[in-house]
Amino acid sequence: MSELWYDLEPFLQQGTLGLVNGAFYAILSLGLAVIFGMLNVVNFAHGAQFMLGAFVAWMLLNWAGIGYWGALVFAPLIVGLFGVVIERMMIARLYKLDHLYGLLLTFGLALIIEGLMRNAFGSSGLPYEVPEAFRIPPVDLGYMLMPAYRFWIVVVSLFVCLGTWYAIEKTKLGSYLRAAVERPKLVQAFGINVPQMMTATYGAGVALAAFAGVLAAPVYSVNPAMGANFIIIVFAVVVIGGMGSILGSIVTGYILGVIEGFTRVFYPEASATVVFVIMAIVLLVRPTGLFGRA
Amino acid sequence: MPRAQAIALALLVAFIAAAPFLLFPVYVMKVLCFALYACAFNLLLGYAGLLSFGHAAYFGMGSYLSAHAAKVWGFTPELAIVTGGLTATVLGAAFGYLAIRRQGIYFAMITLALAQMVYFFCVQAPFTGGEDGIQAVPRGALLGVLDLTPDFTLYWVVAAVFLAGFLFLYRIVHSPFGQVLKAIRDNEPRAISLGYRSDDYKLLAFVLSAAIAGIAGGTKAIVFQIATLTDVNWPMSGEAVLMTLLGGIGTLFGPVVGALIIVTLQAELAQFGAWVTVIQGVIFVACVLAFRRGVVGELQQAIRRPL
Repeated sequence: MSELWYDLEPFLQQGTLGLVNGAFYAILSLGLAVIFGMLNVVNFAHGAQFMLGAFVAWMLLNWAGIGYWGALVFAPLIVGLFGVVIERMMIARLYKLDHLYGLLLTFGLALIIEGLMRNAFGSSGLPYEVPEAFRIPPVDLGYMLMPAYRFWIVVVSLFVCLGTWYAIEKTKLGSYLRAAVERPKLVQAFGINVPQMMTATYGAGVALAAFAGVLAAPVYSVNPAMGANFIIIVFAVVVIGGMGSILGSIVTGYILGVIEGFTRVFYPEASATVVFVIMAIVLLVRPTGLFGRA
Repeated sequence: MPRAQAIALALLVAFIAAAPFLLFPVYVMKVLCFALYACAFNLLLGYAGLLSFGHAAYFGMGSYLSAHAAKVWGFTPELAIVTGGLTATVLGAAFGYLAIRRQGIYFAMITLALAQMVYFFCVQAPFTGGEDGIQAVPRGALLGVLDLTPDFTLYWVVAAVFLAGFLFLYRIVHSPFGQVLKAIRDNEPRAISLGYRSDDYKLLAFVLSAAIAGIAGGTKAIVFQIATLTDVNWPMSGEAVLMTLLGGIGTLFGPVVGALIIVTLQAELAQFGAWVTVIQGVIFVACVLAFRRGVVGELQQAIRRPL
């Protein structure tokens, strides 16, 4: 091994670990982009719904005895249904108004959800153990040993992101969705129930956030603030990538996770702010975002 | 000034003059600081149509720098507040320059993200004192002469700062500059086609708003003798939005009424912990769904005169 290799190794290691954070950025910004594309609403409650996913997983385990694998299915369903109710009852009333009202409404919802969770569970956080199946020796990547659960996060998030991308870009249902984004009135005239599609889209986006929350539960402690911390970074990710492109938001999510990892090697103090600095640079150089349309 | 507004202003001045005799001066000073903060925010949202979700950055940095100037550099209180205001002005110029490159929803997300960057900076920077904040900030003596330690004396200084800021904002809104801002809010392409450089107007509005938010933050630091991470964190940005929304977006007196209601609510509910957050969320949702004009907005509708 050459000397260069020793210099590069920490970068590779931290970059790979950065993929774990990147996985969450990707899933969350993907959900935001899908919701924004269809509903024209920036879902501020996305972080709170992510946090709800983690809490529902915890409740399922401790109150109903349903383990990690069950939670991975049921938590997104439960939180997604909650999203459907919210869309029908509140968000649907705002489509004719300025987009800013959607942001304000979902911000209020985020405050309510976070406050209720803090009342019920305190702010210190609840433990959620790494599931049985991943208490195995770490995965040997050649240049590092990666804990099995983190490896799983990266793999499964890739599947989920690409699956969503495929569903939207390559299936018939997805083509309806894209058509409804471009010309809602025309699509409705063809006999497709666009309002119902919007509800379903919101539910699906929320379910994605909850899925990410379940994935995050064993890594981060389950606490009411976990969503707020993520969502603001994800907003920056979305500004960098531009919300116009599904694939763009996925790619940007992973890349920024990796860059954050790199930053941890050469200037650890900046690892919390590097995403925001990159956002500022992108705004200077290419204001529409890397994948955005004007 | 139209008569309805003149009467409302007279009522406001009368309230400010009578308040310290009837209520706790510290409580009223808190209302005034937050009212100024919300008014500064309203200049952007109400008159330029720009939703900044990151005003905590200017309020918080104003608070930190004023506290630092008063405590470490030994500045007199008025100079300390000016220091905070100037810091917020510079920060507002830099962030405003970046944020006005995008519009609508993106503008809100960019300002929020930049403010969070400031928050993380404050968590790490040594001069902010981390979790402890800057404590025991001396109130000092105004111009080195008038001792501001008694609440009652300080009150009149805070009242003067608030009224000066409020009237300054009134002046901005009713100047030709303010008219152009409203034109940009209502129809930006048309304003551009009339030859106005909308970006310059938006940036100037942003800087003015940030400067006044910084002065509000600095005054708050002198009143409470403390600057903490709460001042610069995202819920503080949300509070400016909430106060303005509840009081009435784009009305002169709305943010003042909103600040009065929210500060009172926080004081009354302080013992219930996180329920304050829940109730603030409920007010947000209720205002957006059913009460978009806000208190003063509804009043204005009822008497058919701008307030």
